[in-house]
Amino acid sequence: MEFYIQLVVSGLVLGSIYALVALGFAIIYKSTGVVNFAQGEFLMIGAYFCFGMVVQFRVPWFWAFVLTLIFSIVLGLLVERLILRPMIGEPIISIIMVTIGLSSVLRSIVQAIWGTQIQVYNPPLFPDAPIQIAGMPVSQVYLWSFGLSLVLLVLFGLFFKYSKAGVAMRATAFSNQVALSMGISVKQIFALAWCIASVVSAIGGILIGNINGINSQLAHFGLKVFPAVILGGLDSILGAALGGIIIGVLENLSDGILKTLFGLQGIKEVAPFVILVVILMIKPYGLFGTEEIERV
Amino acid sequence: MSVNYCGDFKQSYKDDMRVMQTPFIRICIFSFIVFLYAFPFLASTYVVSTVNVIGIAVIGALGINIVTGFTGQISLGQGAFLGVGAFACSYFMREWGIPFWVAMPMAGVFTAAVGMVFGIPSLRLKGLYLAIATLAAQFILEYLFLHMDMFTGGSNGVYFPSPEAGPVVFDTDQSMYYLIITVAIMAVVFATNLFRSKDGRAFVAVRDHYLSAEIMGIHLFRYRLLSFAVSSFYVGIAGSLWGAYTQYITPEHFTIHESINYLAMIIIGGLGSVLGSIYGAVFMTLLPQVLTVITSWAAHVLPSVGDLIMSIKEGIFGLIVILFLVFEPDGMAHRWSLIKAYWKLYPFSY
Repeated sequence: MEFYIQLVVSGLVLGSIYALVALGFAIIYKSTGVVNFAQGEFLMIGAYFCFGMVVQFRVPWFWAFVLTLIFSIVLGLLVERLILRPMIGEPIISIIMVTIGLSSVLRSIVQAIWGTQIQVYNPPLFPDAPIQIAGMPVSQVYLWSFGLSLVLLVLFGLFFKYSKAGVAMRATAFSNQVALSMGISVKQIFALAWCIASVVSAIGGILIGNINGINSQLAHFGLKVFPAVILGGLDSILGAALGGIIIGVLENLSDGILKTLFGLQGIKEVAPFVILVVILMIKPYGLFGTEEIERV
Repeated sequence: MSVNYCGDFKQSYKDDMRVMQTPFIRICIFSFIVFLYAFPFLASTYVVSTVNVIGIAVIGALGINIVTGFTGQISLGQGAFLGVGAFACSYFMREWGIPFWVAMPMAGVFTAAVGMVFGIPSLRLKGLYLAIATLAAQFILEYLFLHMDMFTGGSNGVYFPSPEAGPVVFDTDQSMYYLIITVAIMAVVFATNLFRSKDGRAFVAVRDHYLSAEIMGIHLFRYRLLSFAVSSFYVGIAGSLWGAYTQYITPEHFTIHESINYLAMIIIGGLGSVLGSIYGAVFMTLLPQVLTVITSWAAHVLPSVGDLIMSIKEGIFGLIVILFLVFEPDGMAHRWSLIKAYWKLYPFSY
């Protein structure tokens, strides 16, 4: 039993990081209509940048964190301005392909600078000693990651609901033209969306880097996000968050159960995608997505 | 945009639909085919092997162009379908003792069936959702390649028997060249003619505006599924040829990178263009070779730069794809027709 509780706990933590990355993905999709295949690379490059600051330049954690956030904002702005802005109005396949190209560019930049070996944050962001919760040892990094992710998710939820910029973003998502005629600068909103996505991914990257260490495999997070956003509904922020957490837990549980019962290896990598196909078959617009109804 | 020669006018629709519009083009095409068949006598083994890889890539790129370029259904699972074709063909040949000539089309049909299963979501999904569904197909199939040891040999891969025709065994670059080129020419001819037929026009109609297509009486689901089937058949054939060419297949070759590579081919070459698939396949196959040459040259002059280029090779691919999409979104086929038009009207262009 304890084994399964452990699985659920680590699944929740993993899921909360998925949720962060999925949030970034959903924000971009919702306001700009772009499917970002480079989301995982944003996470990876954020994690590596922070690693460079903390380990290689010996910057204290707080300032390293701030610098990483600034770096992510600049990265988001650059990507939006240089690559995505010229693509406005192009067919969806071109946009998908350009983000795929972007992802391999970012990945090779990271490899050229930091190599491919696994790296660890030293010193770690959170203390090592585990905390006892209801008689179960839970490592502090798990608690912090989960807590931080939840706080960020709630903050962004409130941001979209109440702040002026958040409302403007939702208006842009609804219709670019209407937003323009209401005096909203759609360009600024697009840039903002990419910044937010880049920043939340970088935070996710730092958190997961503190749990597992960082290497180029981190980019796979970007692909795992698809099941999460599809489950939640592509254009729903709440759905992305919830979908991320559910996928994290399901992934861990299915892995643990199938491994112990049937001895199947490596289910972890593929389980989210099986779930994804099932969702697409029975409920293609997810839990909270807007259903598109078309009739001839 | 096509520009015709002076005095070259059409008197019937049949004339207008001709593949080879003028005698000059006919001569060019036939002499190119003759050149292709004479090629192994003129070139070194290394060049022939490169052309072999290009030939296989042309077939695969045509396949993905049919579903993505012509029908507008984005597929990110082509790499895995390539693997399905290769493993199926190898299995038919090893376990059932079927000769390659029968096993290859069978593998194509089997891949078409698998492609149709993953194409079923296209009934309700479009664009983005379909891209994600095929991405899932890619990962699920990759997992199956690794874990269905009985069929695929797991991570070790399996041996692929060489095709035989009587006394001739196709196990050298030269002999495989004739096989690959022949199949590639057949694939190009079939694809060119497909888009002059009713079904091919239906594909294009589905891509351009699927609601209008349905209003005109095109059964959307049937044609989407059909395009998945035809495309997967092509890819399955390409996979079989790849297996026969390399003689040993492992799951490593059929990853998401391969899918992306093929998608890049048709985008660089030109979506919805048979010629574009060929240009793209040539470009994307030659690019790594050129990069290797540059790398080794750079390593000679400046060792550290060589290492650097080595590690960012994939990034250079990505960069080229981005640059093409930003500056030449219609691909090389479009650019080529512009160049032709320019020279045809030179110096009096309007």
